[in-house]
Amino acid sequence: MLLIPCPWCGEREETEFHHGGEAHIERPKDPDKLSDEEWADYLFMRKNTKGVYLERWVHQYGCRRWFNVARNTATNEIVGAYKMGKKPPKGAG
Amino acid sequence: MVDPYLRQSPLAHLHLDARVASDGGLTDAAVILAELPHRGQLLLRGDTGNPTFRDAVEKAIKTGLPTTAGTVSGSSKGTHIIWQGPDEWLVVTKPGAEEKTKKALFLAIANQHAAVTDLSESRTVIRITGDNAREVLMKGCSVDLHPRVFGPGHCAETLLAQAHVILHQTVAHKTSGIPTYEIYVYRSFAEYLWTWLEDAGREFGVKVATA
Ligand SMILES: [Zn+2]
Repeated sequence: MLLIPCPWCGEREETEFHHGGEAHIERPKDPDKLSDEEWADYLFMRKNTKGVYLERWVHQYGCRRWFNVARNTATNEIVGAYKMGKKPPKGAG
Repeated sequence: MVDPYLRQSPLAHLHLDARVASDGGLTDAAVILAELPHRGQLLLRGDTGNPTFRDAVEKAIKTGLPTTAGTVSGSSKGTHIIWQGPDEWLVVTKPGAEEKTKKALFLAIANQHAAVTDLSESRTVIRITGDNAREVLMKGCSVDLHPRVFGPGHCAETLLAQAHVILHQTVAHKTSGIPTYEIYVYRSFAEYLWTWLEDAGREFGVKVATA
């Protein structure tokens, strides 16, 4: 069981959250100009990092806010959590 | 708004008023439960960083918005505001006062990027108090409710026995420190949570009180 530090509510149990996959994937500004391959890359291709990974979580049964977490996928250690639009903590990603 | 004569608590079929009468003589119950039905509940959204919005709300309902996560402002017996998120609050009123409060808020936030939605009847409120009230909640809730971090005026939206709830500690008894919590639970989960609370409290002795 992870204890996830919500930037608003503080540490809460993992069951209150949902995972939202890799963070910092930006929607292409002009999708019409993309090739099928580029579009598929945006839609489907994700990193599979062993180590510190930047991912999105939502505090579903708390404040219902989305935010980012830097988590080590090998050890489950959480390096830090940060609000959307902010930079990851030092030493992460 | 549901016409008052059509209103029914989701716990009505448990006939808690009969339990109040039969439990009246219990003196050693360390967990005391009550339902506080039909409270007005208005969801308020707006920009917490905007003083125009904050001032308009405060002026309209005489209660300032809590801007610290996990806190409640106002009077727990009258109108109060529960923090639900950085731009989201639950304005709670006495039963029947929601229409007036909603209108006041509507007028106050008109022309602003803000919203108020009447969610009264979506949840009911269960009050729990007594020597072992906190122990009962601890059986099904991972939020730290120790008085050093969670006291009167604190709230948390969380899971209690897997049910999605808002917990609000209204008071702690002046001398004994015994806490009183109000649990906001969606009406479809209310019977489940009530029976879970009775079961979890059984070892301490449970009695049902009036609102
Ligand atoms: Zn949160």
